[in-house]
Amino acid sequence: MGLLDYFRSRSPNASSASVAKERLQILVAHERSERNKPDYLPRLQRDLLEVVRRYVQVDDTAITVTMEEDGNHEVLELNIVLPEEGDTPPKPKPRQRSHPRR
Amino acid sequence: MSRIIVVTSGKGGVGKTTTSAAFAMGLAMKGYRTAVIDFDVGLRNLDLIMGCERRVVYDFVNVINGEATLNQALIRDKRRDNLSILPASQTRDKESLTQEGVERVLNELSETFEYIVCDSPAGIERGATLAMYFADDAIVVTNPEVSSVRDSDRMLGILASKSRRAEQGVEPIKEYLLLTRYSPERVRLGEMLSVADVQEILSLHLLGVIPESKSVLSASNSGSPVTLDEKSDAGQAYRDVVRRYLGERVPHRFVEEGKKGLFSRLFGG
Repeated sequence: MGLLDYFRSRSPNASSASVAKERLQILVAHERSERNKPDYLPRLQRDLLEVVRRYVQVDDTAITVTMEEDGNHEVLELNIVLPEEGDTPPKPKPRQRSHPRR
Repeated sequence: MSRIIVVTSGKGGVGKTTTSAAFAMGLAMKGYRTAVIDFDVGLRNLDLIMGCERRVVYDFVNVINGEATLNQALIRDKRRDNLSILPASQTRDKESLTQEGVERVLNELSETFEYIVCDSPAGIERGATLAMYFADDAIVVTNPEVSSVRDSDRMLGILASKSRRAEQGVEPIKEYLLLTRYSPERVRLGEMLSVADVQEILSLHLLGVIPESKSVLSASNSGSPVTLDEKSDAGQAYRDVVRRYLGERVPHRFVEEGKKGLFSRLFGG
């Protein structure tokens, strides 16, 4: 048992260094993708809200702007929820995708 | 025209000050007029590692505030007269560093010195961001350990976006990886990330590997940068680092385990 453990701990697959490497690769890839997102998204969202409100009164949270990576493309996704006429609660509009960037 | 090098890491305790002292001393030993600046306002330590703690009269913040001239604050190294140290303030807070002030001091230093080494504090607050803002080159000091590697990657992101070079849209800061406290034996046992692992994760140009070494502590004990200790492995590794930085092709050492007799292999030593 003790001897087996000794050999097991030597096998490269079980080494703590390879666990560390794997965890870091996943984490660093994730953090880099967050980092590369443009910092103008909140401002874009605020400006869009202003423009839309010239025509129709929408809620502060009615507009969401997200940037997603899709293979080699970056997709800027705008989602605007327009209020229904009358007093019925707003119903989400189908999502519209803008042209992918590069 | 002088070259500004920031020694940075994000994480504390990985060897930034040791590296700044050793690297600046190495450049001076190669004959270059070199200045090394401590950006860790409030927690100055470079003076201690350089062995000039009793000669500090004025500091970086005094110069920025116009309370002393640069020449009054610079401490000339007793071993190499082409090396000068600008100590950090021990009493002020980080807010005393201003971008304009730092720029003014760096401009004045570049009239005299060929290389200016900026010893960054840990973290990503003002001292750290100002230390890297004006840099031409960055030495990212990393330990083969998960939190250090992650923080190094974070610093790479900041170097790429929040520096003068990035803001002016000119050639970006040159980034180099310096792996410190490396233990080839522990890598062989699968207990420690290897040089190749860290390089693969960070995809950085490797400037050097500094082995875990007793000589680093004894160097700081005596206030003598480890580069001066030509017998020590770490001292030799730092000398190689300086030569590589200056463009020489020097093979990497201390990446593999040193030759050991059968006895010490069996019984550890």
